Amino acid sequence: MTDGNQMTCGICRPKGLCGGRGLVTLKEGAWANNPLAIQILGICSALAVTGRLENSLVMGAALIFVCVGSNLLVSLLRKYTPHRIRMVAEVAIIATFVILFDQFLKAFYWDMSKQLGPYVGLIITNCIVMGRAEAFALQNPPMLSIVDGLANGLGYAVVLAIIGFFRELLGSGEILGYKIPGFTEWYTPNQLMILAPGAFFALGIVIAIFNAIKGPDPEEKK
Amino acid sequence: MSETSAWVIFIAAIFTNNILLTNFLGMCSFIACSGQIKTSLGLGTAVAFVMVMTTIINYAIYHLVLLKFGLVHLQFIVFIAVIAAFVQLVEMFVERFSPKLYFALGIFLPLITVNCAILGASLFMIIREYSFTQSVGFGLGAGIGWAVAILMLAGLRQKMRYSHVPKPFEGVPIAMIITGVLAMAFMGFAGMVSIQ
Repeated sequence: MTDGNQMTCGICRPKGLCGGRGLVTLKEGAWANNPLAIQILGICSALAVTGRLENSLVMGAALIFVCVGSNLLVSLLRKYTPHRIRMVAEVAIIATFVILFDQFLKAFYWDMSKQLGPYVGLIITNCIVMGRAEAFALQNPPMLSIVDGLANGLGYAVVLAIIGFFRELLGSGEILGYKIPGFTEWYTPNQLMILAPGAFFALGIVIAIFNAIKGPDPEEKK
Repeated sequence: MSETSAWVIFIAAIFTNNILLTNFLGMCSFIACSGQIKTSLGLGTAVAFVMVMTTIINYAIYHLVLLKFGLVHLQFIVFIAVIAAFVQLVEMFVERFSPKLYFALGIFLPLITVNCAILGASLFMIIREYSFTQSVGFGLGAGIGWAVAILMLAGLRQKMRYSHVPKPFEGVPIAMIITGVLAMAFMGFAGMVSIQ
């Protein structure tokens, strides 16, 4: 299964998933195997929506919802899904949850839905969701799959929030749209942080920091 | 949006509104497959081709079927199904008629289904309310723009092998920083032509 996964995304390689139970699974997904900073999955949306902290939080919530929902359903259906069409089934399940979230945003938070634009729909092609369904939910019971979905969603949401926080702070000198008293008196907001290049720099630096904390990866030393 | 010509959209999609460098779409395969120029050329061509074809098909389906029957909320699932089916079809077609091309492109074709740039192009087309010719221009421009960006990164990364990069920045982080610099360079095109 790991090999098949490697084919689809090139960089998905879940390490040490074997003994995962409850807490271990939670820690794996949220920290040690953080989907965004360690496995470098789902970076499109991480770059696109992090110009403001508010958008980052909503996107994080969306991913947690979709990841938990799709993991649960894939896991429940895992004994009835023929192996050959499992990809199609997974995509259909994921798309269903994404549509649910999109309709919810459109109904209650129209402005937010406008701001996120196509990126809500693009959760379907977010490799994290697909990767977890394929690598974890297909082999594990429903409860554990929920935990795994929650952990990975959280791991993604937290990194997204960190990037969003710094980009909004440095780019516009605000947090969640509120001016910080006295901050802009000595700091001139750098518009570049909100624009595209700032996103790339911010994510590059965050990944580098994760790398530095974690130390060299024994698997990658050749 | 209706009066912008397809040609302007085509140019804008490559330079000022590059789907990768300004909209961040298709980053996964962008980072994973930009190690070598040859590989990225194959992937870039495949993406450009699939992108323009799926924009056309999705445009037709959206306007002829989904709008007419009030099924717009199903657009995500329909679009992704169209893309997956189209990629599968192309794969079978190429395998049957040009085995040589199949071996050159073969591995990249399945990767394309999960490339968010393809789905993103279709969604942008709907959100920006393009007409048919505009959609074709946009799909073609976005595909070529993506291919240009991945080729440039591949070229730069090949040179990077001989440079001394700080330990934590090795691999993906430095690729991100390079992409950031590329994006800055592309910002120089801003104002040349503009679409929304």
